Amino acid sequence: MKRPRNSRSILPGFKLSLGFTLGYLGLIVLVPLFAAFLKTAGMSWHDFVVAVASPRVLAAYRLSFGASVAAAFVNMVFGLIVAWVLVRYSFPGKRIIDALVDLPFALPTAVAGIALTSLYAPHGWIGRWLTPLGFQVAFTWTGVFVALTFIGLPFVVRTVQPVLQELEPEIEEAASTLGARRWQTVTRILLPELMPSLLTGFALAFARALGEYGSVVFISGNMPMKTEIVPLLIITKLEQYDYSGATAIAVVMLVSSFLLLLLINLLQKYSRRFHPV
Amino acid sequence: MASAIATTLSSRPSRVVLPRATRDSAWTRWLLTGIALAFLAFFLVLPLLVVFVQALEKGVGFYLATIREPETLAAIRLTLLTVAIVVPINVLFGVAAAWSIAKFRFSGKSLLTTLIDLPFAVSPVIAGLIYVLVFGAQGWFGNWLIDHHLQVIFAVPGIVLATTFVTFPFVARELIPLMQAQGSDEEFSALTLGANGWQTFWRVTLPNIRWGLFYGVILCNARAMGEFGAVSVVSGHIRGETNTMPLHVEILYNEYNIAGAFAVASLLALLALVTLVLKSIVEWRQIRAS
Repeated sequence: MKRPRNSRSILPGFKLSLGFTLGYLGLIVLVPLFAAFLKTAGMSWHDFVVAVASPRVLAAYRLSFGASVAAAFVNMVFGLIVAWVLVRYSFPGKRIIDALVDLPFALPTAVAGIALTSLYAPHGWIGRWLTPLGFQVAFTWTGVFVALTFIGLPFVVRTVQPVLQELEPEIEEAASTLGARRWQTVTRILLPELMPSLLTGFALAFARALGEYGSVVFISGNMPMKTEIVPLLIITKLEQYDYSGATAIAVVMLVSSFLLLLLINLLQKYSRRFHPV
Repeated sequence: MASAIATTLSSRPSRVVLPRATRDSAWTRWLLTGIALAFLAFFLVLPLLVVFVQALEKGVGFYLATIREPETLAAIRLTLLTVAIVVPINVLFGVAAAWSIAKFRFSGKSLLTTLIDLPFAVSPVIAGLIYVLVFGAQGWFGNWLIDHHLQVIFAVPGIVLATTFVTFPFVARELIPLMQAQGSDEEFSALTLGANGWQTFWRVTLPNIRWGLFYGVILCNARAMGEFGAVSVVSGHIRGETNTMPLHVEILYNEYNIAGAFAVASLLALLALVTLVLKSIVEWRQIRAS
């Protein structure tokens, strides 16, 4: 068998493996994505603005972005608490709870969607307690928010957990010997250490929530201008054969997602440089 | 992007015994644990419970009858067929990508890994949309496909393609850091001992990466069976033909057959639980080994 005479490695299979990888990526990912951008590039500027800036679309953007930010924020706060409890405390069943945190990753979104709707509908297990108080969750913005919180739950927990674990107790002990109270140690020493991973988890949860469809589409009620999320709007346009409009909206979402991806990569680079784990 | 998520084997919690200066007061511990458990109960346990309770609401007989309906069985068959195609080719991709990135030097590696992470940044609905743009009746290949009596969108090939897009990073993302961490020493030794490329791969590399591979396959499988948004766009929802299990759940739910919808959903929920169990087994094994 021929040994390749290049400086990359004496191992064989470089061209084969890289060629297959690039070919696969190109065919499955790059060419179809390029189709979306090409189609939108073919639109006139006026048509593009009409497609992405009409009131219904703007309302959908507001809902998707707003609910995603709120859900990611809640996950940031509670995810930190969950990660702290899982790493630092012990209690019976901790291992099961720890494994269960990954449920939103493993559970199909449609199943999550109907389960959450059933829970928060006016006569649902949780809904029936909220209705007399005047709160309605299902078929409102709040329902969308709840579904997106479910979806993003593991992101912050799983990003913070390894960092918390690698924290050396010496830091806290040193602070304690210097007279810091527990509360000061936590807010002034630990929280800044955790901030990069918290932000990364937030960004990941936000990015996931932005594009989420299955878990939201049941609980939201899908009323245009009120509870219509952007992915649903794209599907509605497709069903009406408005391919250009759907693609234009999709391209806006793609650009925001790619910017988020860039931000997350930068955050990771920063956290690896200054807070190596 | 998603490489920050610690659903990789390399980061799992272990037991930590903390000295006094790092322990919180009992009151704090109770409060935080209570908040964490309440949050998780609300957002994780309750939804899981409601699936199974609602599925059995009309009794076990109704549950079994729903599963045995021809349309449900067709949906199950289609889901399994999709997985049977998608997971192996994604494994092939993952191995090829990890081999090229971990064993060789070339520039552009970080760009390549970012591209591999791309599906995580794309909404599933958009993933379906782009295939409609390429293979749909008005798409780039639309006329060619019609002339040759082939159908991609609103047929099984479209479902397979869309599912492939959404799931291919999983295996690659597990194998790349694993193979990078393992290095190439054993492969070099095998070469000096006279093995050719394939022998080296099958007998040296593959046994080393088998747990990472298994882990990636579990994740890929779970996502492939549960994919909803992307498949929803490309499938056309033709009952008995292009409905996967998640789509079938949606149809039953929209027909107000709540117990039926949850019956099929319970199968998927069981799959999710099996996935979590298998994940945990592999992760605990990894902790014990290290």
